[in-house]
Amino acid sequence: MKNKLKTIRPIHLATAVIALVLAVSTPRSVRADESVKTIDITAKRFEFSPNQITLKKGETVKLRLTTADVTHGLFQRAFKIDEVIEPGKTTEVTITPQTAGTFTTICDHFCGVNHGSMKMTFVVTE
Amino acid sequence: MKNVTDRRQFLTMLGTSLGIGVLYTAMPAAAASGETSEFFNFLGEANGERPRPFSFVQLSDAHVGFNGPPDPLGTKAFEHAVELINALPQSPDLVLFTGDLTHDTEDKDVHAQRMKQFLEISKRMKVGKVKYVPGEHDAGLDGGALYREFMGESYYSFDHAGVHFIALDNVSRAKPEVGPDQLAWLKKDLARFPKTAPIVVFTHRPLFDLKPEWEWFTSDGDDVMNLLAPYQNVTVLYGHIHREHDHTEGNARHLASRSLIFAFPDPEQAQDKKPLPFDKDHPFRNLGGRLIKEVEGHASVSSFPIDQVQLSLREFHEINGVQQIMKPIHL
Repeated sequence: MKNKLKTIRPIHLATAVIALVLAVSTPRSVRADESVKTIDITAKRFEFSPNQITLKKGETVKLRLTTADVTHGLFQRAFKIDEVIEPGKTTEVTITPQTAGTFTTICDHFCGVNHGSMKMTFVVTE
Repeated sequence: MKNVTDRRQFLTMLGTSLGIGVLYTAMPAAAASGETSEFFNFLGEANGERPRPFSFVQLSDAHVGFNGPPDPLGTKAFEHAVELINALPQSPDLVLFTGDLTHDTEDKDVHAQRMKQFLEISKRMKVGKVKYVPGEHDAGLDGGALYREFMGESYYSFDHAGVHFIALDNVSRAKPEVGPDQLAWLKKDLARFPKTAPIVVFTHRPLFDLKPEWEWFTSDGDDVMNLLAPYQNVTVLYGHIHREHDHTEGNARHLASRSLIFAFPDPEQAQDKKPLPFDKDHPFRNLGGRLIKEVEGHASVSSFPIDQVQLSLREFHEINGVQQIMKPIHL
């Protein structure tokens, strides 16, 4: 038992030291990314899922966009979102809403007969 | 030299409602008056071609292949428009069709049939020339391949009676944009013309932010209008929104035509972009053009033998549509 304790303690100490070194030296941006809220949105003819998301004014959010079928778009002028969502790829866009309100966000990549009704809602709270 | 700037009737757009579509008459007073030659001579020297009066029609959004809901008319409104155009006392020189000639389908054979049907109806028009641009329903799914097979190039330009017409394609890239290649082409095309040249751009989607959340915009529309900004006389004709609209910004006037299939509501008042209901007692209600008329400084309405057409008449005073096309210049 005494020997086991002698073996464990140095390893624990080394691990703790390494963790401390990493925590101090990790760039701020990586640490910031880990705390950014991420929302997954899937596009599929002719809807987005989820079709409504709630954001907070001033809070940065990363949107991770994928498609379940064909190429779609995501467009919202107020947030400067103008993305293409291609099959087999994940498109990421980071936004920080500056204004509270309800915003209609559309598919702007023509995807078929009901393309004109493909939209979702961003609700931004104070 | 005579100052012609106060002779507003000299350069008026005498638009006449067909019930469906919009008829533009460029410089109608010039046809009647012999006092215009001095001004037209000036423009002829400045622009290389002496303009002459002519009329042309804008039609849009036939959506051949669409049968409702809400509108079960199919091609009836389009066919009625062709009959009205053929019945005009004086045949227009030109018809411009601003997109969504057909309704989209993923079946290429069916879409090809719709293109053929559209052309069959269009060719019944007894006019000098018919020119087209695609809508997203014609070209959005396949990059415009089928459209070009039937209609030819999706962007191009031509001259007619001293006016330079430019067809722009803001649908074939699937997103609402013209794209860098077309912008480069437009810049070269415009460079051939003096800043006084009358220019008519015809395209499908609006080139300004009319209602982005209804996809009524072109993302590089500002780039297009910046290229046109140095030109004094620009008119943009477009469709897509299935209702009339009249917007002036800078040197350009943007005019939308109604559709030949169903109407959309007023974006200032409606929350959703849902087609207006069909009224079987008034089947052509909200379809087609508007009456734009100005004769010697006040509005008047011309009468045409039109039946079964409900017109939403808006009377304009001192329409300067053709003044946009042919702006009077102090001589």
